[in-house]
Amino acid sequence: MKVEKQVTSGQLDFTFTRRAAFVGGVQAAIGLTVAARMSYIAVADNEKYKLLAESNRVNLTIIPPRRGWFIDRFGKPIATNRADFRVDIIPDRLVQKDQTIQTLAELLALSSDDVDRIHRELKNAQGFQPVQVADGLDYDRFAAVSVRLPDLPGVSPRQGYSRFYPSGAAVGHLIGYVGTVSAEEYQKNKKPLLITPGFKVGKDGLEKTLEDRLQGEPGAKRTEVTARGKIVRELTTKPDIPGKPVQLTIDIELQNYAARRLGLESGSVVVFDCLTGDILTMASMPCYDPNSFSDGIGRVEWKMLNSDDHIPMLNKALQGLYPPGSTLKPMAGLAMMRNGIDPEETVNCNGGYRLGNRVFKCLGRHGPVNMRTAIMKSCNTYFYAMGHRIGYDNIAPVARELGLGQEFSLPFPSQRYGTVPDSTWKMRKYDQKWTESDTLNAVIGQGYIIASPFQLGLMAARIASGLNVQPAILKQKRVAPKPLSFPTEHLAIVRDGMNLVVNGDGTAVRSRLLLENIAMAGKTGTAQVRRIAGSQRGQSGEWKYRDHGLFVCFAPVDQPRYGAAVVIEHGMGGARAAAPIAKDVLTFIYDREQAMASLEALEAGWGGNIEQRMAAKYAAYQGQSAPPPPLDPTT
Amino acid sequence: MNRIVPAPIAALPWRVIFILMALVGFGAAVLYSAAGGSFDPWAGKHVLRFFVLLGMVIVMSRMRLEFWKSITFPLYLLLLFMLVVVELMGFVGGGSQRWINLGIITLQPSELMKPVMVLAAAWFFDRLPPNRIYGMDAIWPLGALLLLPSALVIIQPDFDAAIAYAFGLGVVGFMAGLPLIYFWGAGAGIAIFAPLVYFFGLKPYQQDRVLIFLNPENDPLGAGYHITQSKIAIGSGGIFGKGFGNGTQSHLDYLPEGHTDFVFATMAEEWGIVGGFFILFLYFLLMRWGLTVAMQSKTRYGQLVAAGLTCTIFFYIMINLLMVVGLAPVAGIPLPFVSHGGSSMLTMMLCVGIIMSIERHPGAKRGQFQ
Repeated sequence: MKVEKQVTSGQLDFTFTRRAAFVGGVQAAIGLTVAARMSYIAVADNEKYKLLAESNRVNLTIIPPRRGWFIDRFGKPIATNRADFRVDIIPDRLVQKDQTIQTLAELLALSSDDVDRIHRELKNAQGFQPVQVADGLDYDRFAAVSVRLPDLPGVSPRQGYSRFYPSGAAVGHLIGYVGTVSAEEYQKNKKPLLITPGFKVGKDGLEKTLEDRLQGEPGAKRTEVTARGKIVRELTTKPDIPGKPVQLTIDIELQNYAARRLGLESGSVVVFDCLTGDILTMASMPCYDPNSFSDGIGRVEWKMLNSDDHIPMLNKALQGLYPPGSTLKPMAGLAMMRNGIDPEETVNCNGGYRLGNRVFKCLGRHGPVNMRTAIMKSCNTYFYAMGHRIGYDNIAPVARELGLGQEFSLPFPSQRYGTVPDSTWKMRKYDQKWTESDTLNAVIGQGYIIASPFQLGLMAARIASGLNVQPAILKQKRVAPKPLSFPTEHLAIVRDGMNLVVNGDGTAVRSRLLLENIAMAGKTGTAQVRRIAGSQRGQSGEWKYRDHGLFVCFAPVDQPRYGAAVVIEHGMGGARAAAPIAKDVLTFIYDREQAMASLEALEAGWGGNIEQRMAAKYAAYQGQSAPPPPLDPTT
Repeated sequence: MNRIVPAPIAALPWRVIFILMALVGFGAAVLYSAAGGSFDPWAGKHVLRFFVLLGMVIVMSRMRLEFWKSITFPLYLLLLFMLVVVELMGFVGGGSQRWINLGIITLQPSELMKPVMVLAAAWFFDRLPPNRIYGMDAIWPLGALLLLPSALVIIQPDFDAAIAYAFGLGVVGFMAGLPLIYFWGAGAGIAIFAPLVYFFGLKPYQQDRVLIFLNPENDPLGAGYHITQSKIAIGSGGIFGKGFGNGTQSHLDYLPEGHTDFVFATMAEEWGIVGGFFILFLYFLLMRWGLTVAMQSKTRYGQLVAAGLTCTIFFYIMINLLMVVGLAPVAGIPLPFVSHGGSSMLTMMLCVGIIMSIERHPGAKRGQFQ
């Protein structure tokens, strides 16, 4: 049964009043909710939101510290920082990868090798790790990128500093190069500095080992920015503290000259101050150009270096090991005199020395020779005979005293120290007895004995001065070296022999210094790369089987100041390949004009100086397909 | 009567005018700061617009209640027609359009429809015999009133407006004495249909807007950006704010829409919760005034219109403030009398003008003369 409910307007009025009051109550409740919520945000969470507002407003930019310079012994720059403009990509902020890189390539005129490198590095990069697009840009190109920034998210143009090596490839192995921090390094130490665009760490050579000294302290710039990234004003700037300069013992001009003088050869030149042990020059060529390596290594560049049989990635002065050949004869002479051999005693050279039923050959028939003439003529027979008489166990300690087989505490990432063999060494290594023929081989610098050009140079310096000089690359005050254990008369005889090599009737007379009052003494060496096969004596044939050419020397003869070693890989002979270079390098110290004239004449035939030749070679490699370089090529 | 002040001026409803002036004045101060210490482009216009509209409101307050009653339905039809026109213009112009440019003023019919919907509902309940209030006769005409305008604004697409219409009708219906069971039913219906509408009715960007307010930090650069930045502005303001002209969120453009929808956050950053409470207090006074007018009105039409329009203003306040403090989804609804914007100011002032007219003409009970 349905009864229609009777409703009057009075009842509705009453309902209205009640419901209006209810609505008012709901409104008040919502108002209180808003008030409570607002209070909570603004009071309880105030700190949190204040911080967020600050981090919105303030953009903290790390200013990478300027790297400490490398300067030479006279204060001339070896590695400096160039103010420049650079462009990086922050992978995390990149939106349209291919599009952006293409635009940048057009704006900055990047080569296809660069574009390829950027793509590759982007693939390996993590998050906020910047990938360098280009540095050393001029203002116009930099500005061209800067004005297009709104369309290029992830691209970071900056004004900063980049490493500059005025000497280029000439100091590559010595100084090393710098590069962006690798992903692994960043994983180990997540400092934000490491992923700041423009920040680089040493990757090789002294740049790597002296990183702590060179790095410096980063600065910071706080700027107020709008939501769109426009800078409103700078708040505070804490300047960076540049890394400390490092003064080396190197004479950079001599180093440059030596590197250029090596020319097309694969080899190294080491020059010591034989009174102090300061390393004046340590050149190893061919070498990469640290300037272009510091920009990131391109595929073509890497192929060009890696396919070179002259091994441009190896520092041959420290890491190349060679049989020293006859350069060890002055050292052997010292050992013989110490063991009671009269230097005036003669040995008759008939072109060889018979040991049992085997004849050890000499390169000539020198007739009767004493120690001086044996050194001058590089007579193997004399040293076979005398070496056989005293035994190699009496020679090896002298070799060690002169620096062979020794490792020195030098700030280089790696040095190889070779071998000075003796009977205990052979027993330990091969479980075999030392034989007399081992002695005969070792005494003329063949067989087991190997040494680095660095050690040979040091040996020359020690013989020249008679001082137990310790090699140094960092210029600092050091205690004066003590004399070696050899009597002066012994040293005088050996030095006299070396003098005769160049200035008498010896093996390197063609490399006599063309200077007044200053003469060079030296000793040539020609080291076999493999056992002599038939008549082919390593003087022809395939390059990699040719003999190494070595030369150790010092000058001036009467008052020795400089000791040096030159080693030319597969140069076929010390007198032929190494001594002329030593001559020019030592000439450069005393008479630059004469040395430069000689160099320029040679470079004309080689196709230009180092830079020109590298540029031509790079051009020839362009367009060839090449595999990507490893992440860290020097390790 | 005080003779120093002329009678017509003294007779003005000064109480509400002061409330509005305080809100508009404070809003202008915030807009002045948001523009970097300049009356241009917002604060000056804001004040000017208010005074022009205040003139209109005073004229409106002189109108008799019967005038409003008589134009209610024609007004409804006119706006319906304009909604169709806007729709067609959008169709021709190739894009959604919400306003008609009349040269001197741009009219946004979907906006104007909000108070008119309240008028229409009140007009309907006034005509409805009291004993029909429980029958179907009280329901279907409301549905009819709501259907076309809602459909037209949803195509635009402007869901917020459709919800505002439904809210206006609902409030008037509630006040008019519709059985409570309808509202329970509607609540249950929303609980069931809201998810369906969310998944099938909304476009992805609208879905984002709805959900992201629950967790704006999940998408700090996308749909959650507005809410996150708004909370940062309010939260960093603290109790007393950063001081006039010192808001970084607004001045450095981190806070989007800092002069319109998020003006409250702009204000709170510089004035702190003290400023926020001040605005809330002014709104409290405004609401109290509106509801008092409604309760003191003797006619049913007057009661329903005054209460309904007060709730329309409240709807704006509520949605805006809940959004700004992160309790509701982002909706394009400005803060009445504080946000810069002509359309909403016009709507709000229309509401105020009609309520003033009701205050001035409380009328007499029908029953008392019968």
